[in-house]
Amino acid sequence: MTALISVRGLHVAGRRRDGSEVGIVRDVSLEVQRGEMLALIGESGSGKTTIALSLMGYVRPGCRISGGEIEVAGYRVDQMTPDPLRNFRGKTISYVAQNAGSAFNPALTLHRQVIEPALSHWVLPRRDAERRAVDLFRAMALPHPETIGARYPHQLSGGQLQRLMAAMALITEPEVVVFDEPTTALDVTTQIEVLEAFRAVLAERGITGVYVTHDLAVVAQVADRAVVLRNGAVCESGPTSEVLERPHAPYARELVEASRLPVRAMAAAGPVPEPVLTLSDMVVGYGSVDARGLPARRILDGINLSVPRGRILGIIGESGCGKSTLVRTIAGLQASAAGTIRFRGEDLAGAVARRTPDQRRRLQIVAQNADLVLNPAWTVGAILMRVLRFFHGLRGAEARAEALRLLDLVRLPQSVFERRPPELSGGQKQRVNFARALAARPDLVLCDEITAALDPVVAAAILELLADLQATLGLSCIFITHDLHALRAVCDRVAVLLGGHVVEQCDAASLMDGVHHPYSRLLVSSVPEMRPGWLDEVTRQRQVATDAPPPPVAAGGCPFVSRCAMRIEDICDHVPPPVVPGAGGARIACHHPLADLPPLLQADGAA
Amino acid sequence: MSALRTCLAGAARLAPGSRRALLLLAAWFALAALGPLLAPHAPGEIVDREVFAPFSVRHWLGTDYLGRDVGSRLLWSVRYTVLISTLSTLISCCCGFVLGIATTATSVWVERVLGRLMDGLLSIPSLLFALLVIAAAGESIPALVLTMGVIYMPGAYRTSRALALRIARADYVTASLARGENRSFVILREILPNMMGPLLSDIGLRFVYAVLLLSNLSFLGLGVQPPLVDLGSLVRENVLGLAYGAPAVLVPTVVLALLTVGINLALGGQRS
Repeated sequence: MTALISVRGLHVAGRRRDGSEVGIVRDVSLEVQRGEMLALIGESGSGKTTIALSLMGYVRPGCRISGGEIEVAGYRVDQMTPDPLRNFRGKTISYVAQNAGSAFNPALTLHRQVIEPALSHWVLPRRDAERRAVDLFRAMALPHPETIGARYPHQLSGGQLQRLMAAMALITEPEVVVFDEPTTALDVTTQIEVLEAFRAVLAERGITGVYVTHDLAVVAQVADRAVVLRNGAVCESGPTSEVLERPHAPYARELVEASRLPVRAMAAAGPVPEPVLTLSDMVVGYGSVDARGLPARRILDGINLSVPRGRILGIIGESGCGKSTLVRTIAGLQASAAGTIRFRGEDLAGAVARRTPDQRRRLQIVAQNADLVLNPAWTVGAILMRVLRFFHGLRGAEARAEALRLLDLVRLPQSVFERRPPELSGGQKQRVNFARALAARPDLVLCDEITAALDPVVAAAILELLADLQATLGLSCIFITHDLHALRAVCDRVAVLLGGHVVEQCDAASLMDGVHHPYSRLLVSSVPEMRPGWLDEVTRQRQVATDAPPPPVAAGGCPFVSRCAMRIEDICDHVPPPVVPGAGGARIACHHPLADLPPLLQADGAA
Repeated sequence: MSALRTCLAGAARLAPGSRRALLLLAAWFALAALGPLLAPHAPGEIVDREVFAPFSVRHWLGTDYLGRDVGSRLLWSVRYTVLISTLSTLISCCCGFVLGIATTATSVWVERVLGRLMDGLLSIPSLLFALLVIAAAGESIPALVLTMGVIYMPGAYRTSRALALRIARADYVTASLARGENRSFVILREILPNMMGPLLSDIGLRFVYAVLLLSNLSFLGLGVQPPLVDLGSLVRENVLGLAYGAPAVLVPTVVLALLTVGINLALGGQRS
């Protein structure tokens, strides 16, 4: 049997601004058999998307295929002219992009867009195409498959759009489908649904595919074979289990290690230190205000949290749960409707302008996007020296020496001092961002998704740095994330945030086993593990749960009620759940007695 | 002082296209400053019997409708065109930029009132407005400079305000506010350095507008008055020479085109 996709010695060159060419992809060869799924793994800039696009005979403007052969389903793609290429794309090979939200036209119904490839390639008459679309919607486990097509993109969630996009790619029954990081932008709980839908459909239809991703755990679930890329060249290739379990190339080993972060050692036993920051009954929202001054729409609703001195509190939740609003509220950038913030025994004003300089100095933020929080017009040295001068009055040589020491602390070379943020890599910028926060010599650092925009290897290094700095400087931190691995690697304690409520607080170490809030269980069990077969297990476990239609979430009820498998009718949907203390200082907000909550199975891949 | 240095550093890192524009502007300024020293004759001196003379060795650019040396008069007229346009550009841009950036930091009512005033100014056709003011205030260079400065201020205000609003939302500005920096620091050090490139090209554009409006006014006889000359008035007084194809009317037109189109092209390179 010959390969359905075969790439031999592919070179792709890009043109620099000065006219010289630079190799983006260098001498890449790979083969995919019929019915196989190949994963292209690598960090940003490794050329994985370029290779995937070149299979469709497409290179981005300014680039060209400078050598090698690409053969897909019997077509020599690298030699095709625009006319046959147009026929080939969408019919023989199709593409699922990373961000379905921006890939759909917001002005057209989904239905029109999904069946468009079938019509434009004259594959099917309209009626049959519509029928096939509905079949695909059903196979993708989309709600209301008959009518969902009549909606517009903004009416659906990211996970649903991603599945619709896959349906669009499959409507012409192509031989090859290219998936370009289709689940990277999704929450773990959504990702698992999308992955499951993809896999069911692909297996049933025997689709050959190429799956571009940087997430090794996803690779383990979907791919038969894997290719690890670095700087545009193949670094390692083989069957998925081989690559993930016994990587040979040093870089592949590094990549695998970065996705197996060591769990943070428990803080020394003994009494919990006094809290450095305490939030009580924090409410943030918008809309009309009721008699007690509380807004109608609440982003945060009655948050009670405290950060013990010298500990890291992790806050985890899906997008939209209020994580970032929480950070902004603590930082004084977002007004709260009710509640108090106590910081080092003093009440903290709601607006940053009304806080004392000393309070501002002691509370620093490290924001998600280092690109955006560092002024591109300043040198790194000027950024650091400004903070030193502002808070500590250091000037001249003294400030310079201290800035260099800070660069050293975050493990950056001194040459960075004279450079500007746009000249640095993502990881370096995040380190500068850190150094700026540390320059103030803070007591509490708010870390808002500091690794979300970074590649896994770089992110692992940043997390290590955070843990080290925290230990050596005795910082207290709030670490906001949606990544459970990162959370367990650096945090002492965890608060699980859902719909503006803290549904559970517990020790980070005990998150993976024992008794938890049903939502924490869902979150923990949704994080893909790096072993093939995990997805099957999870879906089998969950099959039972998805029968009855969810009741609408009423005000005051448990925020998880619509997704909870063990909700109590007439109680959970309108009575606020009580907070029950659990083992090890855990606090769980649930109507069920703790003894009734099923314990999490100790997952073997997690340790 | 350090704010100035940051701004200059910002300018030094501009795209090559923008640097080219600056270079071209500098060349025109040099010509305006030194040109009259090179003139072989006084601008009002009648040097030849022949009017509308063609190019010749004695009078390189021919003579005008009174037999004066066109080359000498041209050098003087470039001085006045560039001088008046520059001064009015400076007035419009300084006022416009300061107001535009300042309103991003003041209460919303200041912006509402000022913004509508600017919109009002913007809605009056610029030539009509200039004719009205000059008819009322009389023809003098200060009146010209001020009128043109006011006419082009709303544009500068809008551009700078839009830029500053966008940058004021940037996370690094938030970070600076969270640190507790005061407004002037945020404006001068965080926002301004990041808008220098677009602001410089806006200045250039407004300069071109000013040259054209001034030439229009002079052509209509309401701009620079004799014995002073600018490019527009040179064209007007020699317009009869068109019938003879005299350099006296062609050359000022070409110079005007070189000045405006050249700067426009140089700025165009900046956009890509």
